[in-house]
Amino acid sequence: MLTLLFDGIAYGMLLFVLSLGLAVTMGLMNFINLAHAAFAMVGGYVLIVLMQRAGWPFLACLPAAFVATAALGALLERLVYRRMYGKSHLDQVLFSIGLTFMAMAGVDFFVGPQPQVVQLPAFFLTRFQFGHGAWQLGMGSYRMFIVVVCVALALGLQALLNGTRFGSRLRAAVDDPRVAAGLGIPVDRVFLITFAVGSGLAGLGGALGADVLGLDPGFPLKYLVYFLIVCAVGGTSSITGPLVAALVLGIADVFGKYYVPKLGAFIVYVLMIAILLWRPQGLFTREGRK
Amino acid sequence: MTTPVLQAAARLRAPSRWRAWEIVLWVAIWVTPFAFASHAALISEIAIFALFALSLDMILGYAGIVSLGHAAFFGAGAYGAALFAKWVMPDPLVGLAVGIAVGALLGVLTSPLIVRGTDLTRLMITMGVAGVLLELANKFDNITGGIDGLEGLVVGPLLGRFDFDLAGRVASFYSLAVLFVAFLLLRRVVHSPLGVSLQALRDNRLRVAAIGMSVNGRLAAVYTLGAALAGAAGALLAQTTGFVSLDVFEFHRSADVMLALVIGGAGWLWGGLVGAIGFKVLHDLISNVTPEYWTFWIGLILVVLMLVGRERLFRPWTWWRRGSK
Amino acid sequence: MAQGLEVSEVVLRTHSLVKRFGGITATNKVSLDIVRGARHALIGPNGAGKTTLINQLTGVAAPTSGRVELQGRDITDLAPHKRVGLGLVRTFQINQLFGTLTPLQSLALAVASRVGAAHRWWQPMGADLAVAAECEALLAQFRLEEHAERPTKELPYGKRRLLEIALAVAQKPSVLLLDEPAAGVPASERADILATVSALPVDVSVVLIEHDMDLVFSFATRITVLVNGTVLTEGTPAEIAVDPQVKAVYLGEAEFRHG
Repeated sequence: MLTLLFDGIAYGMLLFVLSLGLAVTMGLMNFINLAHAAFAMVGGYVLIVLMQRAGWPFLACLPAAFVATAALGALLERLVYRRMYGKSHLDQVLFSIGLTFMAMAGVDFFVGPQPQVVQLPAFFLTRFQFGHGAWQLGMGSYRMFIVVVCVALALGLQALLNGTRFGSRLRAAVDDPRVAAGLGIPVDRVFLITFAVGSGLAGLGGALGADVLGLDPGFPLKYLVYFLIVCAVGGTSSITGPLVAALVLGIADVFGKYYVPKLGAFIVYVLMIAILLWRPQGLFTREGRK
Repeated sequence: MTTPVLQAAARLRAPSRWRAWEIVLWVAIWVTPFAFASHAALISEIAIFALFALSLDMILGYAGIVSLGHAAFFGAGAYGAALFAKWVMPDPLVGLAVGIAVGALLGVLTSPLIVRGTDLTRLMITMGVAGVLLELANKFDNITGGIDGLEGLVVGPLLGRFDFDLAGRVASFYSLAVLFVAFLLLRRVVHSPLGVSLQALRDNRLRVAAIGMSVNGRLAAVYTLGAALAGAAGALLAQTTGFVSLDVFEFHRSADVMLALVIGGAGWLWGGLVGAIGFKVLHDLISNVTPEYWTFWIGLILVVLMLVGRERLFRPWTWWRRGSK
Repeated sequence: MAQGLEVSEVVLRTHSLVKRFGGITATNKVSLDIVRGARHALIGPNGAGKTTLINQLTGVAAPTSGRVELQGRDITDLAPHKRVGLGLVRTFQINQLFGTLTPLQSLALAVASRVGAAHRWWQPMGADLAVAAECEALLAQFRLEEHAERPTKELPYGKRRLLEIALAVAQKPSVLLLDEPAAGVPASERADILATVSALPVDVSVVLIEHDMDLVFSFATRITVLVNGTVLTEGTPAEIAVDPQVKAVYLGEAEFRHG
């Protein structure tokens, strides 16, 4: 059971990194970007392509995935996303679904429809075992790696947010873009950088998680719901909100799939509906936020 | 009564009068199952899809609720009618009523969920409900037949006389008739005080409450109506094709019908019909050219549509003008 | 106005109303009594919390503590649309209208709502002649006839302001809260608003929020001054006009002088 808990935590941390960019985009630009999952998929495929066709080592592909996806995010933000900021949520939803469809078909065309297998380096194939019986804790070293990386990212982002000038500009822009602009904060650039970093994180998450979550052209539609759940439940105005929501979600999903496999995501959906019924604005959002 | 009063009443009534073009269109629509008897199955399919789109228009266009889980009601109606036909009685009209009732019930049960919260919350909840139903149908596949579909579904003759033939002739008249009745009903609602209050709801929710009308009550009523009609569409699908599987709950159904409304325009009654026809035409066109990459082109169309702006789509000369929304 | 001769019935009363959000106390222990037939004005500098108070009276905002009573009945937890049904109606400082509907349709909806016909789905709008008759009368009263069939968003601002008030009057309110009815109205159309406000039936109790002191002093028989969410003082226009505290609050006499 402890093993399940550990797996759930690893899964949750992964979901957190994957969802963070989406939460920030929603909180900052009031933009529902359903294409976020497509960015994650792109990151995963960057890893695959670099490893399989260019022969890059696994660890080098991770930052590459981040950079490539961030660059793509920046490009798209400047070219198309920017025009959609003022539009209704419905328009944004449809727009981002359109992008997702294009990405899914594109990946299918260039790489193929088969699920991708990641060749993890040998040192990630080991497993540590502690205790026995029901309290046995088995920790795969790859999952440990995921947890370490994600925790580091979380801490780093928190430090960035609270300690740097960019961080305070971001927080000001999230609170009130108009006032922030009036204070001379280059809101456009803050949006661009934040969007790029958020997409990059998604790409990194996709690359990190390719082994755990699976990777095929259908990835976005499978996992989008989870990212949205994290944002809806965790709220979009902090880092800790999505973190807790992602951990709860990850653990619930892993336990649910183990004990009641046929129901799969059922537990997760019900949990989400229950939480949103109780607190429609999410567990962590301040009251009165749109 | 003085004449100004009658004038005012007449002016209020004016939008509810049938326009000539509407009558012409309906005559044309009713001609198709006679004139194109060989395409009867296609006609039935489009009519069902149009009904589904019309039901989503109630929710999206009139109540302003962004829903990506409308397939929940469609599927519920489909399974409701199918299981009813299999286990209770095969009469299609009673089965249709059951499908409508199941859809409406589900709508009533879920309406408290969608009147609160933000657009994002609503999106999540609608997707969540559809997801839950999909998983439930999967789990209880001894009842539903799971992915392979329900077996042993036999639908009785319509009105006791017309057997559903393989060519689909009876189906095409049946589906078209149900669509027509639904259209007439909705037309009445849209021009009634309730309907105008829905338009007011779209314009300014705060004011609706300030003139003494219950916002949540109206939203719930419209949502239930949309759910009931979606249930009808699902029931029709099960009955006319004689088959139902998990596919009825899947995300692509919700996305397809949303796309049809985008094409046809949400917020006006003909949006569902125009959109359904447009969607099918588009689908066929694109599938003939690139069958595997249908999703890419649909995605591209969505992106371009949204960038250009839905209202400006049909006025190409406005595309290059910098305009307000 | 009955004062001292008859016992004036209190129709709207607040008990120590408090509203806090963030770290701000927007409403600080406000207790108000509005009598039947009142012509009661609520004045105060910008940011004094007047609209927040109105929001709590109508149920749009929930008070942190305190009570609101309408004709003796506690309505603190009552939903906004239900308060309208009991006769408590407001207008908004910023026009809240139905942009795509015509004034005729908007008024028809408001009247239908009052008579309980707004949920009818089987007969078209306009079938109810009684409703149509009332709309016609309201259009005439508010001089909106020539604009009756244009979508509201195309109307000039002054006409939209009149429609805003017309929608409230269509509710046949017992208590009417007017939130800056003359706000933003060009001088030429101000007379219309003034005339409309003065022509309200005597048994309707009116609470007026305004910055325009001409309007306040020509209309009100009682004035409450609100500063930083707290009631500074209350009294007749004559008393308020000479009150040194009030003068001090309005920076310099020049701003406060009334014609």
